[in-house]
Amino acid sequence: MSDVQKSKGADKKSLPLFFNISFKVIFIIVLTSSVLLYFTFTFEEVPPILNRGIQPATFPKALLILIISLSLIVYYLSIKVPWNIEKKLPNSFYITLASFIIFSVVSVTLDFFLGISVLSVLVSFFWGERRIFYLFLVAIIFPIIVFIFFETILGLRFPGGIITNLYYN
Amino acid sequence: MENLSLMLAPLLSSKLMIVLIFGTLFGLILGVLPGLGPTTGGALILPFTMTLDPLSAIVLLTAIYCAGTYGGAITAVLINTPGTPAAAATCLDGYPLAQKGEAGRALGMATVSSTIGGIFSVVVLVFFAPLLAQLAYEFGQPEYFALAIFGLTMLASIGEGSPIKNLIAGAFGILISTIGKDFMTSIDRFTFGINELSEGIGFIPVVVGLFAISEMLTQSTLLDQIFNRVALKAVKLPSISDYKKTWITIIRSSGIGSFIGVLPAEGGTVASLIGYSEAKRWSKNPEEFGKGSVEGIAGAEAANNAATGGAMVPTLALGIPGSATTAVILTGLIIHGVRPGPDLFREQPDFLYGIFGSMLIANVLFFIFGFFGAKIFARITLVPNKLLWPMIFAVSVCGTYSLSQSILDVWIMLFFGVIGFFMRRYGFSVVPVIIGLILGELVEGTLRQSLVIFEGDWLRFLTRPIAVTFFILSLIALIFPLLRKKKSNE
Repeated sequence: MSDVQKSKGADKKSLPLFFNISFKVIFIIVLTSSVLLYFTFTFEEVPPILNRGIQPATFPKALLILIISLSLIVYYLSIKVPWNIEKKLPNSFYITLASFIIFSVVSVTLDFFLGISVLSVLVSFFWGERRIFYLFLVAIIFPIIVFIFFETILGLRFPGGIITNLYYN
Repeated sequence: MENLSLMLAPLLSSKLMIVLIFGTLFGLILGVLPGLGPTTGGALILPFTMTLDPLSAIVLLTAIYCAGTYGGAITAVLINTPGTPAAAATCLDGYPLAQKGEAGRALGMATVSSTIGGIFSVVVLVFFAPLLAQLAYEFGQPEYFALAIFGLTMLASIGEGSPIKNLIAGAFGILISTIGKDFMTSIDRFTFGINELSEGIGFIPVVVGLFAISEMLTQSTLLDQIFNRVALKAVKLPSISDYKKTWITIIRSSGIGSFIGVLPAEGGTVASLIGYSEAKRWSKNPEEFGKGSVEGIAGAEAANNAATGGAMVPTLALGIPGSATTAVILTGLIIHGVRPGPDLFREQPDFLYGIFGSMLIANVLFFIFGFFGAKIFARITLVPNKLLWPMIFAVSVCGTYSLSQSILDVWIMLFFGVIGFFMRRYGFSVVPVIIGLILGELVEGTLRQSLVIFEGDWLRFLTRPIAVTFFILSLIALIFPLLRKKKSNE
C-alpha cells in the first residue's frame, strides 16, 4: 500500500490550502461523520435502569467524535507534510466502476447470473481481452460452473430471473 | 505426550489430510497471484467452509494462511512483485539473485527459510498460547476492554502507513460493528429503516469488499503494468555454504517473526521488514544486500512465515486477531460456533492441538509443493488479470450472497469495495477496519459491562492493575511512532 504522506513530490506548489487532496478527503470524512453524528441524536433512549452502563447512542457518538478529531489532526499534519498527488484515475477504473452499477441494475431487474455475465464480459473486454473464446469463457462458462457449484454442492438458491427461472422451473 | 499425539492426529485422518493438501495448494496459488493472498482467499473460501465440520474448516483456513504467506515469495523472486505484502522485502534480494541466473537458488532459500520460520512459530504457538490462555483466566470485563484497546492501538502503531490514519480506520471498523440492533437494549442504530440492517453488517461482505473488490478496482488502474519475468529451471536446495551463511539469520528472523506475530498488527509484513533489516545489520557482508544476498532472502522469509504461528497465539488464546488473515480465521471459528479463549484450551484440547498439528503439517507440505512445484505455480502468474478478476468477481458475489442469501450483502460488498479502494489510494489501511469490525462488539460490550460493574464510575478502571498495564502499553504504542518520526526528522 502506498504511503501518500511522503514529502518528496508532494502537492506543495500550486493548489490553495482548501482545494488540495488532503482537504477534500478529510472534508468528506468529517462531513459523513457529522451526518452520522446527527443521526445518533435520533436513536431511542432507554430508561436509566436498562441502559447497561451507557445509552445505546453514546458509544457511536464517541467513535464519530474520535474520527472527526483524528481527521482534523491528519489535515493539520498534511499542511506541514502535504500528501503526494495521486495519478489521475484511468478510464478503465471508471468503466469497472460503471460495470458494477450495470451489474447491480441487471441482477435486480433481469437476472443475477446475467448480471455477472454482463460484468464479466464488460470488464474483460475493456481490460483488453478481444479473443471471443476467452470472453465466452469468463462470461458464460465460468458463471455456469459457479452456479452449478453453489446450487448443487452448497444447495444454494439464487434469486429468480429470466435465466435462473428456466433452471428452477 | 498426549498433546503430541493430538497434534499428529490430522496425519491419521484421511479427510483432514485431503483438506490440508487442498488448503496448501490453494494457499500457494493465492500467494502467487499478486493482489490476492491468504486474507482475500480465506474470506472468499469462508462460505464454502460451512459444508465442513469446524476442525476441517479451520484446518483449511490455517493451511491457506501458512502456504499463502510462503507463496508470495515465488512471485517476489520471479517477477519482482510480491504475491503478498509480507513478501515485499523478499523482492529486494530475491529478484536480483534471480536476474543473475540463480532463481532456483533464491527460491530454494526462500522455501527452506519459510519452512523453518513456520515450524519455529508453531512451536512458539504450542508453548505460548496455553500460557496466555492461562493468564486470560485473570481477565474480567475491564481487562478485556483494555486488551482490545491495546490491540487496536498496537495495530495503529506498528501497522503500515500513518498511525493516525490507522486509528481512524480502526474506529471506522468499530463503528460498522454498531450498525443494527444494540445487542444490550435492542435499540436500532444506523439502520435507516432497512429491516435487514437490524441484524447488523456481516463480516464476509465487508472483508470481501475491502480486499477482493477494492483490489479489482486497483488492478483496473494498473492495466499497463508490465512484469519482467525471470526464467526458472528448477528449485535448488541451498548449498552447505549458504546454510553456514544464513542459519543464524534464519533463527533470528524466526524469533523476530514469532514475536511480531504475537502483537496485534499486520504481522507478516512488519516482521519481514524487521527480519530483513536485522539480517542486514548483523551481516558480515551488508554491502551484498539489495544485490542478491541469500541472507536477505532468508531474513525476510523466515520472519514472515514465523509471524503466522505468532499471530495465532492471541487469536486462539484471547480471541484478539494477530493479523488480517487471523481475523478471517477468527471469523471462521465464530461462524462454526467455536469461541476462542481460555475455555477453548480447557474444553477442546483435541480441536486446538489438531489446529497446531495441521499448521505444522502445512509447513512441511508447502515445502514439498514449493520445492517440486514452484515452476508450475510460477506459471499461474501468466493468467491475465483481464480473465482472472471477472472470475474472482463471480466467486466473490456468489460467496457473499450464499451466507445469508441476501442481495443486500452483495450491495454492501460492492460499497465497501469502493470505500476500500479510496481508502488505500489515500493511505488508509483497510486491515484496521477488519480488526475494528471484529473487535467492535468486544470493545463496546466489555466497556458497558465494566461500567455496570463500576456503577458508572470510569475512574475505577484505574483500580484494575492488568487493565491499567494495558492502558499504559496502549499509550506507549501511540507515543512510540510519534517519537520515532520526530527522531527520523531530526
